[in-house]
Amino acid sequence: MTAGGVLRTALSLLLVALVLWPHAFAPVFAPFAPERGPVIYDRVSLLSLSLSHLGLVAAASSLAALVAVTLAILVTRPAGAAFRPLSRTLTNVGQTFPPVAVLALAVPMLGFGAWPTLVALFLYGLLPIFENAMTALSTLPPRTLEAARGMGMGRFQRLWQVELPLAAPVILAGVRLSVVIGLGTATIGSTVAARTLGEVIIAGLLTNNTAFVLQGGLIVGLFAVLIYDALVRLEARIARRAGAGSARAG
Amino acid sequence: MIEIDRITKVYDDTTVVDEVSMTVETGTITVIVGTSGSGKTTLLRMINRLVEPSSGEVRINGEVTRDIPTHLLRRRIGYAIQGHGLFPHHTVARNIAAVPRLLGWPKDKIARRVDELLTLFGMEPAAFRDRYPAELSGGQQQRVGVARALASRPDLLLMDEPFGALDPIIRGRAQEDLRAIQQKLGSTIVLVTHDMEEAIRLGDRVGVMDGGRLVQHGPPEEIVARPANAFVAEMVGDAERPMRLLSLIPVRGLVEPGAAGGDPVPEGASLRDALSACLWTGRDAVPVERGGAVVGRITLDAIRGRVEHRA
Repeated sequence: MTAGGVLRTALSLLLVALVLWPHAFAPVFAPFAPERGPVIYDRVSLLSLSLSHLGLVAAASSLAALVAVTLAILVTRPAGAAFRPLSRTLTNVGQTFPPVAVLALAVPMLGFGAWPTLVALFLYGLLPIFENAMTALSTLPPRTLEAARGMGMGRFQRLWQVELPLAAPVILAGVRLSVVIGLGTATIGSTVAARTLGEVIIAGLLTNNTAFVLQGGLIVGLFAVLIYDALVRLEARIARRAGAGSARAG
Repeated sequence: MIEIDRITKVYDDTTVVDEVSMTVETGTITVIVGTSGSGKTTLLRMINRLVEPSSGEVRINGEVTRDIPTHLLRRRIGYAIQGHGLFPHHTVARNIAAVPRLLGWPKDKIARRVDELLTLFGMEPAAFRDRYPAELSGGQQQRVGVARALASRPDLLLMDEPFGALDPIIRGRAQEDLRAIQQKLGSTIVLVTHDMEEAIRLGDRVGVMDGGRLVQHGPPEEIVARPANAFVAEMVGDAERPMRLLSLIPVRGLVEPGAAGGDPVPEGASLRDALSACLWTGRDAVPVERGGAVVGRITLDAIRGRVEHRA
């Protein structure tokens, strides 16, 4: 196994242990807990918090990917080119809003719970995916597209069989960025009563319990690092299939 | 038979192709040669309607292309371009199978056709079928590009500078291969190039384009011997003309009985090769062989006579 493989396995095991058997780590976190205060967060099982945290991010990112890629496909068609600046502005606005502001604005409309968080994560995830998808779809090798057109592929055949597969690695890089941003941002969702790992961190901040903050932060951080790594490897595999070696010429 | 009938393309105020008419006989290679901006690529792309003509029409075996939906028309016409345009994410087999798949051929028929084409292009099917384009050399990529264009046995093969990205040695070999395969399959080809040498070597007929007009169209001998105007003469290259002419004539027709010393030339070689052999070894005549046996000789005087006779 490579050094990277060893590290990956070790971090995964650490994460699983932190989520499933938090009490085993009591001696490690004890120095950070207030005197006679609780060391390990056990009001809710960390597993159920982790699952709902991941579920929220997955739902928001999938939705963002669907909308952003569709939008990118539309504005890279000749008929949609006019909408490119507008769609760029819209997704940029999504990014400039601080997530806390989105939460504050969404609560009156959607109430407390997971929904405002989902909206904030969705808006926040749009931009990186849209920008990457648009770049990927507008910088495909022109000769390959010309050949596809010249051999009689229809628009949808070109899109599905040629353009999207070739753009996939770059689009996926955008999804990865959006997922990682989402994993971190979802913690703030706990301020409006979404069930995420932010609950642990916020409980720690409210009670001045650094042990809780560390515990929650460590779990979220490990998820982010490991998911990032897995997506990078997925991208590399897809890029190989999409012929990243096509640089070789003559 | 492909008939191009007074076809014209106008962009804004610029006429890129100006009332070009020509007929391409079935089973022949027509090479359109011109400088960049001469309209040769636009002319080619109007045949499969990648560019829509402003006026005029193209008929394939009497059928007007304007009446056929573009995607169906293009599936009937092979298209090979410079830098091959292969799909980098598909294997060699899937690339070659692209048009047959669009046409809905059954799987086993496609697989047989792919293997047949790979063999025809001198690529062992078992070794190449599952490779990706990035794993091939430039010459191999180019061959797969042409094989893909031929896969569905199209009525017509259009080639846009197909050898432009290859180095001179590979290019020469690719041209010979194309000629051999075209003769074997009886394909009809329209090829665009800026290289007069390539045009003369490959074309049954050569069309010279300048400023959107077809300034001369005829067999290569005629283009070399009787250029229609100063532009064609310049394309042919005055100093090169005798050599180009000699390269078109086989030794076969000028063999005379008699003996000569030194290494023989095959009777299928061109007069240019024979002249070169004479000059290089300082002989006035070289023996000519057919299938390993000497059948006569060719003399320097006969070669000279042939050129003077033409000019």
